[in-house]
Amino acid sequence: MIRRAVLLIVLLAAIAGTGFWFATAPVRIDPALLAAVVPGDVQRGMKVFWQGGCASCHAAPGSKGDARLVLAGGVNLATPFGTFVTPNISPSKQGIGDWSLEDLANAMMAGVAPDGRHFYPAFPYTSYARMQTQDIADLYAYLKTLPPTDNVAGPHKLGFPFNIRRGLGLWKRLYLSPGPVLAIADATDAVKRGQYLVEGPGHCGECHTPRNAIGGLDKGMWLAGAKAAEGKGVVPNITDGEGGIGDWSEKDLAYALESGFTPDFDSLGGSMTDVVQNMAHIEASDREAIAAYLKAVPPHPNGYPTTPK
Amino acid sequence: MKELVGLAAAPILAIAVFCTSAVADPIKDRQALMKDQGKTVGSITPIIKGEKPFDAALVISALKHLNEDAQKIDLVTLFPAGTDQGGETTASPKIWEDSAGFEAALTKYKADAAKAAAAEPKDIESFKVVFNQVTENCGACHKAFRIKKD
Repeated sequence: MIRRAVLLIVLLAAIAGTGFWFATAPVRIDPALLAAVVPGDVQRGMKVFWQGGCASCHAAPGSKGDARLVLAGGVNLATPFGTFVTPNISPSKQGIGDWSLEDLANAMMAGVAPDGRHFYPAFPYTSYARMQTQDIADLYAYLKTLPPTDNVAGPHKLGFPFNIRRGLGLWKRLYLSPGPVLAIADATDAVKRGQYLVEGPGHCGECHTPRNAIGGLDKGMWLAGAKAAEGKGVVPNITDGEGGIGDWSEKDLAYALESGFTPDFDSLGGSMTDVVQNMAHIEASDREAIAAYLKAVPPHPNGYPTTPK
Repeated sequence: MKELVGLAAAPILAIAVFCTSAVADPIKDRQALMKDQGKTVGSITPIIKGEKPFDAALVISALKHLNEDAQKIDLVTLFPAGTDQGGETTASPKIWEDSAGFEAALTKYKADAAKAAAAEPKDIESFKVVFNQVTENCGACHKAFRIKKD
């Protein structure tokens, strides 16, 4: 009888273990997605690089000007789940020098490393999953032209259970999807372009949308602002809802992205200053498209709790 | 007659009360100073954006006023310890944790503002150079030393 019970327990554990193993397996992108891609264009790739804000996290901390093109990593992102340390993504042995285009596409669109491990979603592949593969190919070509560095960024410092990478397979099943966030009726071309930039490469929602206890985005409060995932304070509401940007015009928004100045000539602060440096490099028409999209997003009140004054 | 005096005194009294409260409240004080700098920058930005023609007199007086405001920013009087709380302030605790870094940022801003005031740009191109140099301080300081709280 006892033997039977033990056997049953062992059997159940084995089934659960096998189930976990399969449910958490890294899923790569469909190779067919890359079939139609033409060799990347460096100039276009440079635009994608700034749209994606790669330098914000992958340039060495405090870099300015051309130093932001040396993607040595080593930026510490202190989050409630632990501290993530951004890796070297320069074209060197220590970076992504040996990666194929397929490797980069799998990293950015599926969160899977060349060795088959999951990446943590501090790397915003949940947004990059919505990118066009041609943009990834162009970015790949551009990244190859940047200066290599041998810097080895340290490991992440995470507590249990977040240190079990394999578990991310389950998380991805819940929160990783290449579909658009919003369905906007009668979207103009500018709104469509803005939607692509904001929901895809720009990954605006990763900071401006509140998250649940296990770090999944609350898409019902898309862009409503959130407690800062990294560091202190809050990230502003960028919808037209109360506390948001209802009194900003599209021109105001586009100019703020370009210059960092708000309509009342305050300047944007915090990590948005880095974003502005990135946005200053993209096409003016793309900044206008982002503004057009933001004005088409459903309004929400602030997505973070107000502390009593 | 008495009433007339009272009537006349009321606004003066109001101004006096307003002034003392401003002196006693570094948070309000520094916010007013920041707002004024924003207004000044706002008055010349349409020229940078190409929405208004270059106006040397306007630009030069604005840059001089911006410099006057910039020189007034002071860690001791406007950011006394403890004023990251008590009032609606977005000052980051980093101002006091890294006061040397804050002072260095202020020194740079003051130097750039003084240079901008002395430059007296005569055309749009030289104005753009001066404008960018002085306004890069806004974002740099707000990135490190300001925090949106709620």
